[in-house]
Amino acid sequence: MSRRSRYVMVIDARTCVGCSGCVIACRTENNVAPGHSRDWIFTETAGSFPKLRMTIRSERCNHCKNAACVRACPTGASWYGPGGSVQVNADKCTGCKACIAGCPYDARFVDPRTGTVDKCTFCMHRIDRGMPTTACQDTCPTQSIHFGDLNDAASEVSKLLATREWYTLRPEAGTQPMVYYLK
Amino acid sequence: METTTTRANPLIDPQLHIWHGEVALYLFLGGLAAGIMIITGAMRLRDRNAAWSSHLALLSWCAPLLLSLGMFFLWLDLENPFNALRFYATFSWHSPMSWGAWILLLVFPVSILFAWTQTRRSASGRLARFDAWAREREAPLAAWNVAGGVALGLYTGILLASLAARPLWNSALLGPLFLVSGASTGAAFLLLFRLRDDERLALGRLDLFLVAIEIVVVGLWLASLASGGRESRAAVALFLGGPYTVSFWTLVFAVGLATPLAAEWLERRHGVVPGRVAPVLVLIGGLALRWILVSAGQSTGWAIDVALH
Repeated sequence: MSRRSRYVMVIDARTCVGCSGCVIACRTENNVAPGHSRDWIFTETAGSFPKLRMTIRSERCNHCKNAACVRACPTGASWYGPGGSVQVNADKCTGCKACIAGCPYDARFVDPRTGTVDKCTFCMHRIDRGMPTTACQDTCPTQSIHFGDLNDAASEVSKLLATREWYTLRPEAGTQPMVYYLK
Repeated sequence: METTTTRANPLIDPQLHIWHGEVALYLFLGGLAAGIMIITGAMRLRDRNAAWSSHLALLSWCAPLLLSLGMFFLWLDLENPFNALRFYATFSWHSPMSWGAWILLLVFPVSILFAWTQTRRSASGRLARFDAWAREREAPLAAWNVAGGVALGLYTGILLASLAARPLWNSALLGPLFLVSGASTGAAFLLLFRLRDDERLALGRLDLFLVAIEIVVVGLWLASLASGGRESRAAVALFLGGPYTVSFWTLVFAVGLATPLAAEWLERRHGVVPGRVAPVLVLIGGLALRWILVSAGQSTGWAIDVALH
């Protein structure tokens, strides 16, 4: 019996410099609609001068295990794909936008060229062809982005999550996000 | 070359802008149709032999007609409208929108058949057989009309309430609020037409009761948000000093609830046959409630993490 995969992304928020290379690479790889982004850079400064701290991280769809978008979708267009990733079947999408309203991460948008919903796919077209990396991961100059199978104890993502402190975004939303950030 | 790389999604930032007036109109017309179904069905169940004025009987046809108009607006809101039949290619039990699509499919035949039984004239041939079939089932059709109206009215609220990512909508009270508001606008709509005095008096009394209930539900909804967590309190602040304060308290509360309540109470106290001013205000308030809620809800969300991880 073959073992089921659980695809996750692990992003090192300590080494990300916010260069936006991942955003450009994703747009190029996935032909993202002009003016839209499947991933983006989040920056946050906290504290009082001169004791300031800054967080920079690359954000995207969290491919949640308990995805609010999949629950909201009335046609089954949003579905759990390979490795538990959340995918959109454009053929079934009516553009009702319930999934966009339901996503606590605001990770989805309507592609104006097709009228269907678009978002990060974990570059599943590459993974399906046997490529081990996503486009954003390939281009990251500080190698802050890691992608892999959490159910494989020997994978890089499993080792990182086992040895480093990590957090997920808005865990209180109860969606069980599958994008992890290293502290 | 595209050089913008931070959160540059015009459909999402600085706030969500996905649902516009079409959705508000659909929710209003859906609630109105639900209200007409509930009221006409309940009136028929209450007195099965009552002779209605011809206008009231004809108005039962407004439920499917107004719902059709509402669904047209909903269709206009779809970004991929020619895929609309996909709603009926599956049933997603976890999606309120899927429930709504199938409820609409139930509501249409029920409301049309009920309206037929209220406005039948002499029929011949096959139509006579259909007419006899429908007449025999007038009472169950009236009961189904009420049930379909309740399902439709509740669904219009639950559709928004199920979206936990938008704290303003995410309240179990939104379903009952939209249901009672829909019933109130239904009564108000019927009062716009020339009905018999006894019918106007009954509908006026009913609307007074419904508006009073709606005020209580609005109060409970705001109180539940105000006593909730960080996101809920930020959401209700939109109406308590925030950018929607004036529009909400003026159009929804003063125009749509408080003034009609006072007018209908005075009419009842002095035994005056209800006029058309209060119903018009109730309809304005019902539309404003949905328009403001659809717009304001999209500006609420889970706060961006304020503390560094």
